[in-house]
Amino acid sequence: MVKKEMIAMLLAGGQGSRLGILTEKVAKPAVSFGAKYRIIDFPLSNCINSGIDTVGVLTQYQPLRLNTHIGIGIPWDLDRNEGGVTVLPPYEKSTSSEWYTGTANAIFQNMDYMEQYHPDYVLILSGDHIYKMDYQVMLDYHKANRADVTIACMPVPMEEAKRFGIMVADDQGRIHEFEEKPEHPSSNLASMGIYIFSWDTLREALYSLRDQNGCDFGKHILPWCKERGERLFAYEYHGYWKDVGTLGSYWQANMELIDIVPEFNLYEEFWRIYTKGDIIPPQYISQEAVLGRCLIGEGTEIYGEVHDSIIGANVTIGRGSVIRGSIIMRDTVIGEGVIMDKAIVAEGVTIGDGAVLGCGEERPNVDKPDVYAYGITTIGEHTVIPAHVRIGKNTAVSGRTRPEDYPGGVLESGQVLYVQDDEMAWCKDKGKEGEHA
Amino acid sequence: MRAIGIILAGGNNNRMRELSDKRAIAAMPIAGSYRSIDFALSNMANSHIGRVAVLTQYNARSLNEHLSSSKWWDFGRKQGGLFVFTPTITKENSLWYQGTADAIYQNLDFLTSSHEPYVVIASGDGVYKLDYNKVLEYHIAKHADITVVCTACRDQKDVERFGVLRMNEDCRIEEFEEKPIISSYNTISTGIYVLRRRQLIELIERTAQEGRHDFVSDILIRYKNLKRIYGYRIDTYWNNISTAEAYYQTNMDFLDPQIRRYFFREEPQIKTRIDDLPPAKYNPGAHVRNSLVSSGSIVNGAVENSVLFKNVFVGSNCVIKNSVILNDVYLGDNTHIENCIVEGHSTVRPNTYYCGEDGVRIVVENAERYHLR
Repeated sequence: MVKKEMIAMLLAGGQGSRLGILTEKVAKPAVSFGAKYRIIDFPLSNCINSGIDTVGVLTQYQPLRLNTHIGIGIPWDLDRNEGGVTVLPPYEKSTSSEWYTGTANAIFQNMDYMEQYHPDYVLILSGDHIYKMDYQVMLDYHKANRADVTIACMPVPMEEAKRFGIMVADDQGRIHEFEEKPEHPSSNLASMGIYIFSWDTLREALYSLRDQNGCDFGKHILPWCKERGERLFAYEYHGYWKDVGTLGSYWQANMELIDIVPEFNLYEEFWRIYTKGDIIPPQYISQEAVLGRCLIGEGTEIYGEVHDSIIGANVTIGRGSVIRGSIIMRDTVIGEGVIMDKAIVAEGVTIGDGAVLGCGEERPNVDKPDVYAYGITTIGEHTVIPAHVRIGKNTAVSGRTRPEDYPGGVLESGQVLYVQDDEMAWCKDKGKEGEHA
Repeated sequence: MRAIGIILAGGNNNRMRELSDKRAIAAMPIAGSYRSIDFALSNMANSHIGRVAVLTQYNARSLNEHLSSSKWWDFGRKQGGLFVFTPTITKENSLWYQGTADAIYQNLDFLTSSHEPYVVIASGDGVYKLDYNKVLEYHIAKHADITVVCTACRDQKDVERFGVLRMNEDCRIEEFEEKPIISSYNTISTGIYVLRRRQLIELIERTAQEGRHDFVSDILIRYKNLKRIYGYRIDTYWNNISTAEAYYQTNMDFLDPQIRRYFFREEPQIKTRIDDLPPAKYNPGAHVRNSLVSSGSIVNGAVENSVLFKNVFVGSNCVIKNSVILNDVYLGDNTHIENCIVEGHSTVRPNTYYCGEDGVRIVVENAERYHLR
């Protein structure tokens, strides 16, 4: 019988719609972070560093890049004979077939996966936070309290508490109440979305609530456990933890990495973060390049000027270009004389010579004012931006745009430009060739 | 694939000076992210050779560490894979490898237990890309007994480091001199050979019976009038790193955009062991010009015309010029390094001055590392 004391279930199926066009074609956990990583690398590395070698990754939304990235788990040493990493997409059943309708529902649909390891404890993680945490210490806390459920919590400033699920705990850490995004919070302990369940408690809760629509840990499972009088404990965590759910917090968390001694330090020997290293060559900094504070990934060639920015792997930045306060993801090519200020540029983008990004006044976005805010210019993956256009702040651009898409060569602040790629274009071209023949 | 591979990685020589004190030449770091043997290994993998033996004996710790997992070159296979053979004491033999032919003889089982008809032999100190299948096709077309891959020597003075050869119009090798002091010929052997497996077994066994040990002088030169030995000329980038100067130059060659494109961007790719290092970080005070920088490095000072390998720390107000800084080097503040190769794991104290006056200077400084990152 295969027996694992604790297994991890990593929820990686969410779209993360507040990241706008960054998650148009990839799930949020697969979004690049910190020049060479993807967000999911942090919880996966935490797992292996904590000695957890069995991880189920639940995928649903746009899983291709996530699947490619995880593979058989080689970068995290999760390629195991027993356990290791397993990608768990929703599947068809003989009685009913449904998507994952909620966080707890997704876990419930993979009961068989968990059963085969006979775990004593199950760790529930989400794939969208940046932090380093030893889950084994949390498990020790769980055992010491003879807890049924332990919820990792983080003290947040009182004025921000209303954005989170708040735990009200006594001196021993036992939770007596939760408040979901309360108007007047009675505590500042915010749930980090990391739970340890004793196996029997989890199984019973999931079966009891199996018919609950959109069954969710925060909304249904935890209240059910508390009703039943189970022992719920808050595990206080005081390290660095960042939710990168919005463009603003994503940009901020990236920028914090370039501080001289960053609070979240990737350079420590202890607790390494692992990722799939498919781009190997060193980076090249040319004779005319100027570098300010920045992080730069492998294989990148810099001929221009870069300040306060995060540049991914295999990027080219042309002569005379000036990049400030921006995040540029892998495989992007930036032409010559491009001026970029506070932009997030996704993977595989091409920006023509002399284009200007992030110019003009800040104006609220017309499409999604709560998503495209913070004065950031967001460029979706594989976008093409023609030469010499000017793009304002709080804007979003995606698709193969052409000069005629920019009236007067300008995309004003607060506007969006989505060009639907004509997927049959190659087919039509072929047809035309045929006519000529 | 129709061939198995043998990589001769045993060697060491004093012309690498202090650089080879700690490691076999095949384990020398190259171009920021790679090691010398990666080129031969990746070429083997990219030529779909599935069974490769690495023969090594001199200070192989560094090489063994690099080859500890064969998955990076896609050799982590049930069928075939990567085999590292160091000398062992057996009933018949208790000597080290006494030469390249002897190294193969001591591991003859690898040849006899294979069933592929051909063998590709390469050395671990060449920096190049080559599809060995093309050499093999040529070998078959020429009905050759042995095919030697050769190239034009960059600098005529360098012929003394190589096997120099002359071919007739049909490319059959007529003359072969091993490491001549001067030579009127410019074509040199790259140390890459293709031959039939049975032919190799026969030659190696006979050589061993005669008490001879070297592949070049005891097989290639000795048999050149008896066997059909052909030259296969390459004109793509090839360099050998067996002296400190050649090693320095090979690394500097990667500052050329064309060479970078050839090795880094064009398929097929050279693979290496992945080290899980964070991206390179530039702090205020970093002035980097025409340089290669590898992951894990933190730069606070000026770097010009240099190659920084992995995990290098450059302190504030440092000036690094025309230098090669190997893995895990710590350079304290206000350090000046010019025309040097700084050996891996060196810890250079602040306010140090090193300058290679005529030629490359090798810096090995093992100060206690009091500054931990």
